[in-house]
Formats: sequence, structure tokens, C-alpha cells
Amino acid sequence: MDDLYGIPGTPVFGGAQAAKGYALNKMCFDFNDAANRAAFLKDEEGWISRYGLTDAQKAAIRARNVLQLIEAGGNVYYLAKFAGIFGLNVQDIGAQQTGMSIEAFKAHLAAQGK
Amino acid sequence: MARIIGGLSASHVPSIGGAIARGEQQTPYWKLFFDAFIPVHDWLAREKPDLAIVIYNDHGLNFFLDKMPTFAVGAAHRYDNADEGWGIPVLPSFEGDAALSWHLIESLVADEFDVTMCQEMLVDHAFTLPIKLMYPRAGAHWPIRTIPVTINSVQHPLPTAARCWKLGQAIGRALESYPKDMKIIVLGTGGLSHQLDGTRAGFINKEFDLLCLDKIVGDPEALTRYTNRQIVELAGSQGVELMTWIAMRGALQGRVSKVASTYHVPISNTGGAVMLLRNDQTPARHAAE
Repeated sequence: MDDLYGIPGTPVFGGAQAAKGYALNKMCFDFNDAANRAAFLKDEEGWISRYGLTDAQKAAIRARNVLQLIEAGGNVYYLAKFAGIFGLNVQDIGAQQTGMSIEAFKAHLAAQGK
Repeated sequence: MARIIGGLSASHVPSIGGAIARGEQQTPYWKLFFDAFIPVHDWLAREKPDLAIVIYNDHGLNFFLDKMPTFAVGAAHRYDNADEGWGIPVLPSFEGDAALSWHLIESLVADEFDVTMCQEMLVDHAFTLPIKLMYPRAGAHWPIRTIPVTINSVQHPLPTAARCWKLGQAIGRALESYPKDMKIIVLGTGGLSHQLDGTRAGFINKEFDLLCLDKIVGDPEALTRYTNRQIVELAGSQGVELMTWIAMRGALQGRVSKVASTYHVPISNTGGAVMLLRNDQTPARHAAE
């Protein structure tokens, strides 16, 4: 993971990550288009083969694993469009990354307002 | 002459769009945030600004990593919203003001801000939702013209807080040197603290957000002394959207008065904040008029 600032648990998307994740982020950027989202759902392997992803990026896409996607160079703004295909929002992906249940993650958010 | 009559900052999380679409404005979760706009609506009805400069960050609708401008200014006659991939409704197009855009661009570049000029620009939720919150009853036509100004918050290195402050000041000088009579409001959208990625996802720093809300009114330059590393540590990796608030505040040249302010945790994954500032006339401007 990009350790640009060395803040624990806090990816910083700099040049090295942007270069490493270019193909993955390009695929996710293209998910702005509903036709591309539909094409992914119809033939996932065929669709991802068009983008030249690395094996690690393909595995992370197949696993729907956000931390692995970030490790593989994904940027959360583009990844959010991938998550959107499955109807997942930022609480869902927050819960997945922190290992919390959705309810526990939402409670964690609310607790910080006390 | 053009006059900057005020500045508005607001969180812009996409779920606001979902809440509007489902009519959830008065549910316990959302009520505080939406009600923060009641005094904003009163002020807008009274002051009737002609144009909004919307300082925001694109989240991968218009710009990709192939070309990532640090600062970009729209110079179009019209700006379209579009599908962002997560199902929030696409809002009607926004009318621009290309003549003012070119004046703004010429002034900024002369002022050593070498911005990217965009004659086509899709505007994402960070631009559209604050306008929708300002004018919730607008139909197909918005009652205000707009010019988008983006600050890169996707790919580091990001501009510093001090640089964004100076950008705001340069925007302020540009607008107030425009010879046409019009009333302008400057928006800065985003924040406050939040982090979407990594094992620290869900981080919110209420104490820092409240400090920002205080400083942005009376001592904004205090915020310009933070490094980007400090802002990421204190406000989370997406808390860098604070830059848009700092740039907005930089554009307000005189003393400001707070008209309305709200802070509530959480909306979505963030500290939801709204602030409306009135731009009071400076003695220098009185003398010049």
C-alpha cells in the first residue's frame, strides 16, 4: 500500500499507485456508463480481459475485496463505481475494510459525533 | 461592477441525492442537515445572486488519471450532470456564463494561476447537490448561472492549503474586476472530515471539524498553515476536500459575517457541515465605489 504519509490504515494515492493501478482504475472509470456495467455483469471475465489487468487486480475484482483492490492500485473514487454495480455504498465498503458488521460500522460513525 | 455577496460551503456526499430522491429530508437521520438550508433559502430569496462560482472536486466523472488538472475552470455555456455509477438521479443541466469564465481565466493566468480551461465539463454530485440544496424546488431550469472550478483531490500531490487560499483570493480579485453588474456567490463543497479507504475507513474528527468551522469565519489563514499530511491525518484521506472551503473563503475579500452554520455527525461517512457567510463591504471597496 502507498505509504506516502505513513499514517496507519490510511492509503494515500500518489504517482506510484496511480501508475500501478491505471488499468484497474480505467475499467472502474468506464463503469460511469450503464452499458459497461451491464456488460461486466453479463460476462465478467470477458469484460475484465479487455483492460489488461494484472493477476492481482483480477483476483481482487473477483473477490470484491476493497483492501486488495487498493493494494493493487485502485483509487477509492473509481472503486466506488465498481461497488455501485452491486448496490454497495460507502458504509458497506467501510464495514468490509474494517472487518465490522454494517451495523457496527454505522454505530462507529455515529459515536464519533458524541 | 460584479460583487461577491457571500460564500456557501456544504458537504456534498452522494447519499444526499438518494435522500432527496426518496423524500427523506425530514427523517431523523437527515433532518438537521436539510433544515440547515432553511436560513440559506431565506437569504437566497432576499439577495437573489445571479451566478455561483462552484469550487469542488471531481470524483471521477469528468477527469480520469490520463489528464488530471490541479485546478480547472469551466468555460462552457452549459454544464451537464451524468450517471456516476451508483444510481443517484441525474439533475438538469446548468447554464454557464462563458464571458465571465474567460474573464476569470484570463485574470487567474495573469495572476500566475495556470489553470486548465474546459469548454466541455461534466459536473458531478459535488457540484450538483449543493445547488439542489440551495434551490430544492427548481424544476428543469436553475434560477442561477454557474461556473465550475475544480481542485484535484484524487491523485497526490495535491495543491497545498496555502495555495488553495491564494487561488481563492485570485478568484475574488478576478470576479470583483468584472465590469458587468451582477451578484455572485462563491461555493466551496465537500468535507468535512472523512475517510472512505483503508482500515481507518470511517474516521471522523469532530474536534478538528469544529475548529475548521470556527477558523474559516474569523481566522482562515490559520487553516492554510496545515500541510497536506497533517490534513490527511486530522481529517482523513478524503478530508482534503477542506481545500474547497479554504478557496471559497479566500475569495471573500472583506470581513465576513456568519449567516448560518450547522454541523452534524454523521451524514453518510462524514461530519456534515453547512455554512453561509455574508461578504461585508471593505472600506477600500466603499472608497472605490
